[in-house]
Amino acid sequence: MLLIACPHCGPRDEAEFVCGGQTHIARPGPPETTSDAQWARYLFERDNPKGLHLERWLHRHGCGQWFNVARDTLTHEVKAVYGLLDTRPDVT
Amino acid sequence: MTGAFRTTTGGRIDRARPLSFRFDGRAFTGCAGDTLASALLANGVHLAGRSFKYHRPRGILAAGAEEPNALVGIDRGPGRYAPNLRATQVEIHDGLVAESQNRTPSLRFDIAALADFAAPLIPAGFYYKTFMQPAGWWAKLYEPRIRAAAGLGRAPRGADPDRYTQRYAHCETLVVGAGPAGIAAARAAAARGDRVILCDEQAEPGGSLLAETRARIDGLCAQDWLAAALAELAAEPRVTILPRTTAFGYFAQNFVALAERVTDHLAVPDPNLPRERLWQVRAREVVLATGAIERPLVFPENDRPGIMLADSARTYLARYGVKPGCRALVLAAHDDAYGAALDLAAAGMEIALIVDPRPAADGELPRRAMAAGLPVRMSATVVGTRGRLRVHEAHVGTIGADGGVRGVDVVSCDTLLMSGGWTPSVHLHSQARGKLAFRADLQAFVPGATPQACRSVGACAGEFGLQAALGPATRVEDDPVREGGFAGALPHDRPRARAFVDFQNDVTAKDLTLALREGFRSIEHVKRYTTNGMATDQGKTSNINALAIVAAASGRAIPEVGLTSFRQPYTPVTFGAFAGTSRGELFDPVRTTPIHGWAVAQGAIFEDVGQWKRAHHFPRPGEDMHAAVRRECAAVRARAGIFDASTLGKIEVVGRDAAEFLERLYVNSWKKLEPGRCRYGILLNEAGFVIDDGVIGRLAPDRFHVTTTTGGAARVLSMMEDYVQTEWPDLQIWLTSTTEQWAVIAVQGPKAREILAPLTEGIDLSRDAFAHMAVREGRVAGVPARLFRVSFTGELGFEVNVPAGQGRAVWEAIWEQARRHDAVAYGTETMHVLRAEKGYIIVGQETDGTVVPDDLGLGWAIGKGKRDFVGKRSLSRPDIAAPGRKQLVGLLSADPGHVLDEGAQIVAMRDPPPGTPALGHVTSSYWSATLGRSIALALVADGRARHGQTLFAPMPGGAVPVAVTGPVFHDPEGRSLDG
Ligand SMILES: [Zn+2]
Repeated sequence: MLLIACPHCGPRDEAEFVCGGQTHIARPGPPETTSDAQWARYLFERDNPKGLHLERWLHRHGCGQWFNVARDTLTHEVKAVYGLLDTRPDVT
Repeated sequence: MTGAFRTTTGGRIDRARPLSFRFDGRAFTGCAGDTLASALLANGVHLAGRSFKYHRPRGILAAGAEEPNALVGIDRGPGRYAPNLRATQVEIHDGLVAESQNRTPSLRFDIAALADFAAPLIPAGFYYKTFMQPAGWWAKLYEPRIRAAAGLGRAPRGADPDRYTQRYAHCETLVVGAGPAGIAAARAAAARGDRVILCDEQAEPGGSLLAETRARIDGLCAQDWLAAALAELAAEPRVTILPRTTAFGYFAQNFVALAERVTDHLAVPDPNLPRERLWQVRAREVVLATGAIERPLVFPENDRPGIMLADSARTYLARYGVKPGCRALVLAAHDDAYGAALDLAAAGMEIALIVDPRPAADGELPRRAMAAGLPVRMSATVVGTRGRLRVHEAHVGTIGADGGVRGVDVVSCDTLLMSGGWTPSVHLHSQARGKLAFRADLQAFVPGATPQACRSVGACAGEFGLQAALGPATRVEDDPVREGGFAGALPHDRPRARAFVDFQNDVTAKDLTLALREGFRSIEHVKRYTTNGMATDQGKTSNINALAIVAAASGRAIPEVGLTSFRQPYTPVTFGAFAGTSRGELFDPVRTTPIHGWAVAQGAIFEDVGQWKRAHHFPRPGEDMHAAVRRECAAVRARAGIFDASTLGKIEVVGRDAAEFLERLYVNSWKKLEPGRCRYGILLNEAGFVIDDGVIGRLAPDRFHVTTTTGGAARVLSMMEDYVQTEWPDLQIWLTSTTEQWAVIAVQGPKAREILAPLTEGIDLSRDAFAHMAVREGRVAGVPARLFRVSFTGELGFEVNVPAGQGRAVWEAIWEQARRHDAVAYGTETMHVLRAEKGYIIVGQETDGTVVPDDLGLGWAIGKGKRDFVGKRSLSRPDIAAPGRKQLVGLLSADPGHVLDEGAQIVAMRDPPPGTPALGHVTSSYWSATLGRSIALALVADGRARHGQTLFAPMPGGAVPVAVTGPVFHDPEGRSLDG
């Protein structure tokens, strides 16, 4: 069970959170200038790295806020927690 | 006297407190402090189980969690049967009932032991090779037979009447293992002010100190030092000592799961206590002091009852006052076996011979043994044993300089003690994703780096001896260095003999080399093919020997071969501990509406919708469901009905940008919707598929009352939050779940207006003042209300929203009026029938996550000229724009009395050949009282172009012809909406 430091509430158990998958995925638009291929990538294609992964988390059973987590998928180390609209942190 | 093999003094058992217990129906007596294993040994019983595959008689091998053979079932009464418990960990109490496993009819005579004579025919992978053909026989014939013959204990029958609890705990230091190293770590942590949890799987903390006979610590004997150290720890308010508590799983970020056995050791447990307690501990630092497991030696016929680990035998003597036999042969590849021989000899046991495969042993303990006159033979090994239910002789051969074994001397013995050295218990370290390093001097893996705040101390770190465990500040005397260790198979000259590596899974050295010959190289594959190290045991005594055999046979070094994964749990954990209180009524919350009690009193039959209990129908005396639903349907269409719609999801969307937000989220247009008006909203996901729907009313320019499906409420709110926070943080809106704030009473039917009129204040109910799809605020039955003029039946309809606390009172007031008009209360089934007659969809019934609005004929709802909304771009994806999509249609079966099965496939031919793809399927199907016949909704390829066609629903009794129609069966012009 991960220990995740919610930016608003502090360290909490993973059971309070929901993972929303890969982050920093911009929704393409407007529709009329978005190609089928662009839209399909947005809908269906996600990274599945062994190692650093930047992902969205929701503190559902806490403050209800979304934020970003930089996590190592192999060691489960949480390398950074940052705001949803922040730029990606300098972690490897 | 509690057994012929009990010593008169010594040990930690209480000879003054005899306890009676039964094993396989026979009565025995043990002492308070005994385990089942020690009590059986005290009575001279070694035979405790039959092996998994060959049904060979097996004895007690070890004294702790690593016991692979003596697995027993404990029967504590109906529903309280626990299989596969290690007799070495079961504490006896008065009246304990235990039984052996995997034998028919008895332990001493097991007919399935014939498998043992057929053993040459049952090599590794036998099942995989033999039972492949013919197809289908595996499931029907082979597997049931094999499962009956092989296997461990039987599962308990009946519901478990015991109670289990769960606790969360936080501490700075969690110490796993209360042996000397763990106690030292706990004392150090307590001294610096930490909150400390010290857990140990045994009944009393102390680990090896409980059986220490030689060493003196700070001038005290080990047990006195232990008592003082524990008393000091127990006096610390920030220290929690948990005996009978196994740390069985180590998860990310120092989250460790502990299973505490609270009452199993008690003859009459306090009914207020749970049977077990699951601790979920988050620790700043975890100290692993899990000790080491003595390694068996792999030699021919090393599995007979009476053959034990040497230090386990010594533990039985020192801790439980039990002599394991009368005359022992000791096979010593490690100096500790000499210590065991010395202790047992001092207690009066005859040491027939100490056989040491090493060319020389000049450690302190071997020297003491020789000085004491114990017979020792170096460069020798055991090449065979005899004895069906108990070893009675060992065959000793000499290891030559070339490694070959010559000559056989027969040594009679009733006990054979072996030691291959120690394997550090690195299970939890490995679960913590720690790396392992091989130490050739120990022939074992020790902990390496770990990504977590976790360290291993004492024997589990490969640091043996009390001084290393207790640290330099504690003075330890007479704790000599012990050396040695052997991994792999000892040499012998009997190619056909079986030398067991994994006792629990009946894996021999030959099975492992066979796997290699057959091409398995990866140790993970060898493990699965041979089953070495699997099941409840997880290879505690066998892993290293198996690795060494595989390494030697494949010409690789042990670290090259690698280790198999250490899986959770360390020892088996009951399902009850995991379930905790989440069972029965507490498994899932039950949600009821404010009107629930009224429906119960009326005799409603309920259905589960998600967590909600909803009234399905209200039968009158003598009515079955069909009759009740027919009556309810007819009454609503003829007069009126009232319906509890409180479970509808409700979300208040408020703020400057509320309309803009809904505009971006729903397919519909919202900006031009005037306050006081409602609209039927459709919500898609980004893939373009319908995921929810509901009426949304605008109460004010900046305030919307959004309704969702009953099951979709939480999902829609989450989705809204997601978009607000992550896609459109520029929007100023606030979202509030109001599902449980409002009771919703639907009043539907031509008399709806007349029913509500006497109760309504501040709202003009007239047709012109209050049109269909309008919302007003006023009072109903004196209670502030939001009144929607909406219809899910096709009749004139209102939905009365009142604060939940007054829901029942308002319902009863409306019911009073309804009865004057001979109206009914109706349930969800009637609601379903009435909406289906009108072709109204239900999300999740007409949709399945692959349906776009146009498929449902709802393309009209999409706001014209809207540039974007969630899912819009997907509606022009090639697959969705392509012809041939399944579209919503109505189906009328040729026989009007035949109600189609929901889910029935629809095809174009009466008797389609196998493999013909279906055109679609029935999504809803009912008897329509209004039409006096059956109706159905279906999704059918190109359905709208098929109106008038006859299609077929193939059923077991023959295909049912159906006519395709539009989905609206009743009042297609919508005349009834205005009453
Ligand atoms: Zn939070």
